[in-house]
Amino acid sequence: MALIIIILVVVIIIGIYIAMYNGLVQLRVHAQESWSQIDVQLQRRNDLIPNLVSTVKGYSKYEASTLAKVTELRTALNNVPDDDHAKKMEVSNELSGTLRTLFAVSENYPDLKASTEYQQLMEELSNTENKIAYSRQLYNSTVAALDAKIQSFPSNLVAKIHHITAMDYLQVPESAKDVPNVSFDE
Amino acid sequence: MLYQQIAQNKRKTVLVMVGFFLLVALIGAAIGYLFAGSAVGGIIIAGIIALIYMSVIIGQSTDVVMNMNNAHEIHSAQEAPALWHVVEDMAMVAQVPMPRVYIIDDPSPNAFATGNNPEHAAVAATTGLLQIMNREELEAVMGHEMSHVRNYDIRLQTIALALAAAISMLVNFAGNFWWFGGRRDRDENDGGWGILAIVGSILLIMLAPLAATIAQMALSRNREYLADAGSVELTRNPQGMISALEKLKTAQPMKHMAPSSSGLYISDPEENGHHRWYDDLFATHPPLDARIKRLEEM
Repeated sequence: MALIIIILVVVIIIGIYIAMYNGLVQLRVHAQESWSQIDVQLQRRNDLIPNLVSTVKGYSKYEASTLAKVTELRTALNNVPDDDHAKKMEVSNELSGTLRTLFAVSENYPDLKASTEYQQLMEELSNTENKIAYSRQLYNSTVAALDAKIQSFPSNLVAKIHHITAMDYLQVPESAKDVPNVSFDE
Repeated sequence: MLYQQIAQNKRKTVLVMVGFFLLVALIGAAIGYLFAGSAVGGIIIAGIIALIYMSVIIGQSTDVVMNMNNAHEIHSAQEAPALWHVVEDMAMVAQVPMPRVYIIDDPSPNAFATGNNPEHAAVAATTGLLQIMNREELEAVMGHEMSHVRNYDIRLQTIALALAAAISMLVNFAGNFWWFGGRRDRDENDGGWGILAIVGSILLIMLAPLAATIAQMALSRNREYLADAGSVELTRNPQGMISALEKLKTAQPMKHMAPSSSGLYISDPEENGHHRWYDDLFATHPPLDARIKRLEEM
C-alpha cells in the first residue's frame, strides 16, 4: 500500500515536471515565432523602399537628403546580424522615423500625393509599419509571460535545470507617436 | 478578467440554449394543448423543430447573418486595402485566426462581428465607416469587433439571435393556426383548470416574443463596454477608440439592416437621436456618451 502511494506521488511529480518544462519550451517557441514575424515585416519594408525612393524622386527633386538617409538606413538594417534583436529594432525605429518625415514632406507635392503608385506604396508601407508595431507588442507580451514563469516557483527550478533564460523586451520608441520634425531642404 | 469573461460567456451560452429550449417546450405545450389537446405532443414536435433549426442555424450562421444585413464578402486585400490590413493587424495582436471580411453598402458608419468561435468568425464594416474613419479609428473599431470574437461574444449573440428568431417563427405559426380554424370546442375539459390553462397558454404565446427580445438586449449592453476596453488593450490607443465613438454619434440610422441583428453592431444602427425615458429599457447598446466617459476614466 505504502509502495503504491510512493509510486503514485513520484509519478505525479514527474508529470508536473514534464508539464512545466513543456510550458516553458512552448512559450519560448512562441516568443521566437513572434520575433520572426517582426523580421518578415522588416524584410518586407526593405523590399518596398527602393520602389518608394524611385517614385518620390520623380516628383520631388528637393528631398535628396531624406531619400539618401532612407536608403542608407535600409542598407544598415540589412547588415545587422540576425540575432542582434535590439540593434535591429534600433535601426528599424530610426528608419520608421525617417519614413514618417518623408511622408510628411510629401504633403508639399500635390502631384506625388495624387499618384496612384504613391498611394499604394503609402498603404503598403503604413500596413508594414503597423504590423511591425503590433508584432513587437505581441513579442513583448509573450516574453513577459515567459519571464513570469521563469521567475515564479516552482517553474524557476525547471528553467534553471534546462537553462531556459529570460528574453529581452523590445523597446518601444519614445517618439513613435510624435509628429515628425520637418525641415525643408533648400 | 478576459478568461473570466470567456468562461462566463460559454456558461451563458449553455444557459441561453437551455432557457430557450424550455421556452420552446412551453410554447409547444401551449400550442399543442390549445389546438390538438395534447401538451406532450406539442412539446415533442416543437423540440424536434427547434433541434433541426438550431443545427442548421449554427452551421450556417455567418452566411445567414451576413445575408440578412446585405453584406458581401471580400476575398483579398486589393478590394479594400485599409480594412483588410487593419483586420489582419487586429487578428494578429488578438491572437485569433484571420476572420472573413465583409462590406455593407451603407453610408451610415457601423460594423459588427459574428460567427460560432474565433476559428470561424467574420467581421463586417459599412462603406460609410471606411469613409469617415481614419486609420487609428478604424483600428479601434476593428479591435472592438475582434474583442467580441476573442471573448466568444459572437457565439452567444448569434445563438441568442437565432433562437429569438425561432420563437417568433413559432409564435407566428401559432397565430396563423389560431385564425384558420384551430379553435375547437373542448367540452371534456370543462373545469376551471381548463380555462386557466387556456388563458395561460394565450398569455404565454403573446409574451414569449417580448421575453426573447428583452433577454437578447440584456445580453448585449455590458459587453459593449468590455469590447471597448478590449480594443484599447489591443491597440494601446484609447484616443482612437474615443474619437471613433465620437464620430459614430453623428451617424444616421442604417438603411437596410435586419432589426433582429441590431445587437451585433458596434453602435445601435436604428438610433434616431430622440432619446426617451423607456429607451434605456429596450436599448441594445449603452449610450455612446457613457461609453466615451468610461474610456476617458481608464
